[in-house]
Amino acid sequence: MKYQSQKVAMAYFAVAMALFAIQVLGGLVAGYIYIAPNFLSDLAPFNVVRMVHTNALIVWLLLGFFGAAYYLIPEEAERELYSPMIGYLQLILLVVGTLGAVITYVFNLFEGNFFLGLQGREFLEQPLWVKLGIIVAALMFLFNISMTVLKGRKTAITNVLLLGLWGIAIFFLFSLYVPDNLVLDKIYWWYVVHLWVEGVWELVMAAILAFMLLKLTGVDREIVEKWVYVIVALALFSGVLGTGHHYYWIGTPKYWTWIGSIFSALEVVPFFAMVVFSFTMVWKGGRDHPNKAAILWALGASVMSFFGAGVWGFMHTLASVNYYSHGTQVTAAHGHLAFFGAYVSINLAIITYAMPHLLKREPYNQVLNMISFWIMNSAMAFMTFVLTFAGAIQTHLQRVNGDYFMDVQDQLGLFYMMRFGAGAVFVVGALLFIYATFVPRKELMSASSRSPAAAE
Amino acid sequence: MYTKSAARNIFYGGSLFFLLIFFGLTAHTHYYAVNVSTNKETLNEAVAHGKKIWEDKACVNCHTILGEGAYFAPELGNVFVRFGGKDDPEGAREAIKDWMKAQPSGVEGRRQMPQFNLSEKELDDLAEFLQWVSTIDTNNWPPNDAG
Repeated sequence: MKYQSQKVAMAYFAVAMALFAIQVLGGLVAGYIYIAPNFLSDLAPFNVVRMVHTNALIVWLLLGFFGAAYYLIPEEAERELYSPMIGYLQLILLVVGTLGAVITYVFNLFEGNFFLGLQGREFLEQPLWVKLGIIVAALMFLFNISMTVLKGRKTAITNVLLLGLWGIAIFFLFSLYVPDNLVLDKIYWWYVVHLWVEGVWELVMAAILAFMLLKLTGVDREIVEKWVYVIVALALFSGVLGTGHHYYWIGTPKYWTWIGSIFSALEVVPFFAMVVFSFTMVWKGGRDHPNKAAILWALGASVMSFFGAGVWGFMHTLASVNYYSHGTQVTAAHGHLAFFGAYVSINLAIITYAMPHLLKREPYNQVLNMISFWIMNSAMAFMTFVLTFAGAIQTHLQRVNGDYFMDVQDQLGLFYMMRFGAGAVFVVGALLFIYATFVPRKELMSASSRSPAAAE
Repeated sequence: MYTKSAARNIFYGGSLFFLLIFFGLTAHTHYYAVNVSTNKETLNEAVAHGKKIWEDKACVNCHTILGEGAYFAPELGNVFVRFGGKDDPEGAREAIKDWMKAQPSGVEGRRQMPQFNLSEKELDDLAEFLQWVSTIDTNNWPPNDAG
């Protein structure tokens, strides 16, 4: 850690990991309800559990992004943060909003109230006051980060990261628009959801990945930054019009089946470029960095996002395929592997990299961390496979044969049991990661056993 | 080899280009959604209120509507059609209301839908909303009535 104010990142990472635990436990409960449908059906019905699962995920990923920005911006801009205090206030605001949202969901408070009640659109269920709080927090964050960058060194990494973070805030504004016409509602709902995860979040991911590869491999900055621009260009060129793959069946014009199919098929390209980028840099880089776990997570993020977002996305993105698979367990399979492979993994990567620096010590608990990597990745791969099989069967029985939804679901029980098992294993991996990250062993390794130049 | 600044300019210029195309197409899509694919005349206050109830109860976190939502409970974009609403709209509305009133089934091993204790007016409006949704031109999706 070169700059004192980078310390803000640690608070963000800690809260993010607490929410990660809540998210995966919520997912485990939801997976259990699939195999034991009467479980909690009075206390916390499935829809409430799912809101906790998805909202906790979204918030902790964003907290991880904010933390990553607070960590890497000072190093890139070569100056202290404009205001660490704003950083902490912003975190408090986000924690209050998150707790408020969770309490509102679980106890079903203020139902129907336009300001205090939940707004039941998928992923955007936060009550209006929480949404406004998120916008205020985002503005505080952007002000803080932008001021730091404006006064400091401007690099491709800061440019792309800032653009991504500004995009997150700007597209979130569409969550405030809730028209009575369901079709309009859906068109602009995707402005938040798609343009986040298949647009500006990719910018954030590419910037974090580039920063890590720069530090971990020692490859020349000029090469890394050229790659970054190429990757984010590919991401937006394909991803923006790729929004069309959500505009097939929701009351939108027919031309989207062509535009959506063509451009979203190309969305696999930037993810493939990230795989080539990360492996080439690690291969070419001469640096023998001591944080092997961080390198593993960085490579893992690029590979698993390629499979989850790229391959599993492509699998059902063509309109002629999607006509049958839309809204089945195929989507669930893709959603899980894509979010884990891309955004969970890049967050865990930067946390693995940054925490030893924030604690001012050599990398610690690396074996435990790497075991957690393999546990989480295998469990998520297994979950994705069984949901894909379930989805393929569901697509055939329901969409081709025309069997009714619940009759089909009754035949998928075995897959849901295997999914629950995979989920349980994943939770073990996640808790192991949190333990390895936040409970460093007491004895410090002697600093002289490593070359200080390498430990950057 | 392109230089870094060339890559940067291609990124900025190209992204702006594709965003502008996207915004233009969105404008047309917005017009199409209001005037062509949905029925402006029947989008009344009851439908709007029904949509609000749909949101207040977080229905989308179990069901899907036009294929979007959770995948835990049946698709509702065409539930009106599935309940025979094409031939007998009044019957389908009543069937939807009766279904809502009969939950939860309490059957062991069967997915449970909560009892939302809606008033008669709220049930009517929810049924109106589901009827209106069933009239959206969705490019013939879903492939069959099973949803």
